[in-house]
Amino acid sequence: MLIAVFSLTTLGLVLGLLLGYASRRLAVEGNALVEEIQAILPGSQCGQCGFPGCAGAAQALADGNAPITLCPPGGREVVSALSAKLGIEVNLADVAETMPMTAEVREELCIGCTRCYKVCPTDAIMGAAKHIHAVFREACTACGKCVEACPTEALALHPAPITLQSWYWHKPEERMAA
Amino acid sequence: MSQYLLLLLSTALVNNVVLVKFLGLCPFMGISKKVDTAISMGLATTFVMTMASASCWMLEHWLLAPLGIEYLRILVYILVIAAVVQFTEMVVRKTNPSLYQVLGIYLPLITTNCAVLGIPLLTTQEHLPFVAGLLYGFGSAVGFSLVLALFAGLRERLALAQVPSVFVGAPVGFITASLLALAFMGFAGLVSH
Repeated sequence: MLIAVFSLTTLGLVLGLLLGYASRRLAVEGNALVEEIQAILPGSQCGQCGFPGCAGAAQALADGNAPITLCPPGGREVVSALSAKLGIEVNLADVAETMPMTAEVREELCIGCTRCYKVCPTDAIMGAAKHIHAVFREACTACGKCVEACPTEALALHPAPITLQSWYWHKPEERMAA
Repeated sequence: MSQYLLLLLSTALVNNVVLVKFLGLCPFMGISKKVDTAISMGLATTFVMTMASASCWMLEHWLLAPLGIEYLRILVYILVIAAVVQFTEMVVRKTNPSLYQVLGIYLPLITTNCAVLGIPLLTTQEHLPFVAGLLYGFGSAVGFSLVLALFAGLRERLALAQVPSVFVGAPVGFITASLLALAFMGFAGLVSH
């Protein structure tokens, strides 16, 4: 019994020390910034940013190929940490809204110019020239490209309306401890 | 010499670790969609399996058997295999970054490959001497890589084949695997006494 405990503990310790030493000795001098950014990101490898995992996203951020608002699950916290790390100013008020959004067309302003239609990456906008456009809510990912493209500011992002398909029971409200 | 050759042949083909012993089926089905990744996975597994066989043999004969604590075998083997995999990852990352890119996530995955644990356990069970045990591990790993590469090639062709819609994807993969296993049963008559 004691021998078993002792030998297994020793084995674990020896292997741990060996691995620790090896990790120091064989450390790869990669880009330190990439590792720091990766430490900020959630590390859940969800891929919602379009990169293969948080390591890829960190690499793209360090290269300046991705906006610091790329991480949907990270929310405001990650964006503010990234903006502090990379020195990129970002309006946190835009990030704060974490509820699902969709683009919506204000029909009285739409002139049917099809500019939003052309920039939409998910083909979520239907319409034709000189016809009022409309947004397919199911296809819209709220990327905001149409909002920038619209010359009459007819497009804006709004919280997605709650339908029978998207409604869910709310979590119990957290009570503040006294 | 011929004895070692026979051992290699026997472990790689006749007693194939995947198709005859049914070990390591998870990577066999999981990482066999592309030949390139299958070969990289096979290489990494070969290396780890050989290393694991060697280190587990040493532990078995120099630590577990002298102290009479053979009942800790599985625990100790898992510990050693995990450490070997970690160490391999570090060495590969340091010495060959391009290989590290290729192997990528597959290296840590090997820890959970049951064949890597199963082969040292079988080696111990059969009381093989060191060199034979090493060859047993190496031969099994070669068999694993061979089957993985073969199966990946088959699945690449399957992706283009017209399969009844019910069977598309995993089902036809399983059927192919069973046919491959049948084919490998033919090797049982390869070595006659």
